[in-house]
Amino acid sequence: MLDPRAFRRFQKNRGAVFGAGLVVLLVLFAVIGPMVSGHDPNLSDFTGGRDPSGSIAGPGGRHLLGVDPLLRDSFSRLAHGARISLLVAFFATTLSIVVGAAVGLASGYAEGTRAQSLDTVLMRAVDVGLSFPYLLLVMAIGAAVGETTIVTILMVLGLTSWFGTARIIRSKTIQVRHLDFIMASRALGQSTPAILLRHILPNVAGPLIVIASASVAQMIIAESVLSYLQVGLPPPTATWGRMLLEGQRFYTVAPRLVLAPGVLIFLAVLGFNLLGEGLRDALDPHED
Amino acid sequence: MSDDPRPPDQPESDLGSSALWEPPTAEPSNGAEPAPKKKKKTLLQVERLAKFFPVKKGLLGRTKLVRAVDGVTFYVRSGETLGLVGESGCGKSTLGRAVLRLVEPTFGRIVFDGKDITPLSQAQLRPLRRKMQIIFQDPYSSLNPRMTVRAIVGEALKIHQLASSRSEEEAKVEALLKRVGLRPEAMQRYPHEFSGGQRQRIGIARALAVEPDFIVCDEPISALDVSIQAQIVNLLLDLQEEYNLSYLFISHDLKVVEYVSRRVAVMYLGKIVEVAPAAALYEKRHHPYTRALLSAIPVPDPERRRLRILLEGDVPSPIDPPAGCAFHPRCTRAEKGKCDVESPPLSEIEKDSHHRVACWNPYV
Repeated sequence: MLDPRAFRRFQKNRGAVFGAGLVVLLVLFAVIGPMVSGHDPNLSDFTGGRDPSGSIAGPGGRHLLGVDPLLRDSFSRLAHGARISLLVAFFATTLSIVVGAAVGLASGYAEGTRAQSLDTVLMRAVDVGLSFPYLLLVMAIGAAVGETTIVTILMVLGLTSWFGTARIIRSKTIQVRHLDFIMASRALGQSTPAILLRHILPNVAGPLIVIASASVAQMIIAESVLSYLQVGLPPPTATWGRMLLEGQRFYTVAPRLVLAPGVLIFLAVLGFNLLGEGLRDALDPHED
Repeated sequence: MSDDPRPPDQPESDLGSSALWEPPTAEPSNGAEPAPKKKKKTLLQVERLAKFFPVKKGLLGRTKLVRAVDGVTFYVRSGETLGLVGESGCGKSTLGRAVLRLVEPTFGRIVFDGKDITPLSQAQLRPLRRKMQIIFQDPYSSLNPRMTVRAIVGEALKIHQLASSRSEEEAKVEALLKRVGLRPEAMQRYPHEFSGGQRQRIGIARALAVEPDFIVCDEPISALDVSIQAQIVNLLLDLQEEYNLSYLFISHDLKVVEYVSRRVAVMYLGKIVEVAPAAALYEKRHHPYTRALLSAIPVPDPERRRLRILLEGDVPSPIDPPAGCAFHPRCTRAEKGKCDVESPPLSEIEKDSHHRVACWNPYV
């Protein structure tokens, strides 16, 4: 993780650098965009929202990317959508990684020892979790929770997506656990929690970073799908998925209404996936 | 052979009389060794220690047991080295780890410094961990690649609160590194920045940090270049003298074991087949297996022709060890109706020679 060679390998990988660049731009867009747009994303502009012919304003002029059929500023809505996407994706991923890593570490460390039953229980729970269609599960929980806020969305996404992480971390933990330095630490009388946190976790952190990066991309898609299916954040909140939904009725007259959020989702997912793959290759010491 | 765990099959007659297994009070009287001024106390006593690993064969297969260590009895005295030799897979390393209870023994008793440590829980064991340490074979996997040398050696001090402040800890780590021949600059580096020999020194410093009395050296030099091996062996011997350490020195290098050990035990398929003072073992070679093993030592003399004893066949599987003496299928002196029926006890070949052999038909 701290290997300077890893950084050099990352720099040499054009795809990874491109992905990292996309991610940086996206973050800038989400942070700065709403501030510089000069328009409220949820306010209809009745005075400047129409062009001289009376149809909704297109790109250029007062509204950089035009307005939507409700005369709201598209740029501002896209930037707010980026904020929500990134917030949800980031926190849901954090939640998913923390739970997945905790379950994976516990399970992997218990495997084949006297605490084998802990491993069995956790892994059967993972099997059950993985056997559910992911989005169906998310929608069912979303419906049961009722009121949808940004917190419920990220909780639901985070708590239904850690199963795969737990499996990967478990198998990695089993590998690391059998190395001699773990035995050495036990021989010194180190406690199990300290062995897990100080010795095993840092050695499984590489895969975790890669999983996290790919997971952000998945979460962006999941959040958009939920919004598109109208089980995500309620209107008038601007999200990319909802903008797709609202724009699709007008795609013949104003294709920009679906293209803009679509392209952003595509670039965001591409960026995080390329970043994840680049990290995976860079952190693999066999690449040199 | 049955699949259920049974106690190791050392005959009771041998184990019943504890007198036989009391370590000798006087030094072995075979000349070469100078008699010490005062009696050395027994630091470690291991009785009928066994470790069986369950293995499942096939999809519906029954669980079988790998008898990695099968009823081993020995002792190590304060300040002395017991060498343990045997080919790979004979259970040497498992034995070393079971003695420290890093793997849980299936049967047997381990008495360390007069205290039976077998029934203790891992938590109760913690304070005792200070007194017994281990050095590993592989200098690459024995150090956490994500920790600096300072943190690796410092961890030992932290666990047992051997330093009251950060600066004291720092000073102690520095002193330990110096003692094993590393410069203080090493502290801020990561293990991958060192050579195999240097890494082994870091592992030794870590073991030494808690001021142990007993160290299991689990093939400490097998992974090193020959030129480095001598340095590490000499370091271990110096440290032994300085801190009065006891070693259980596990190796398949027979020459090195002869060099470092006061006494040597030969292991075959989970059992000790011969144990004696080093000089006597290498000279007398009572057990046929010891003879074959020692005949494999290369002699650095192109003129001299060695008489090598080549064993037929492979080491039997420890899942289904042969009945009787485990060595009988490969033994040239095996006697039908005796060796393949009854397991020979590890008993003294001559009274008071402290030379024990587990063989019905030893060379004399």
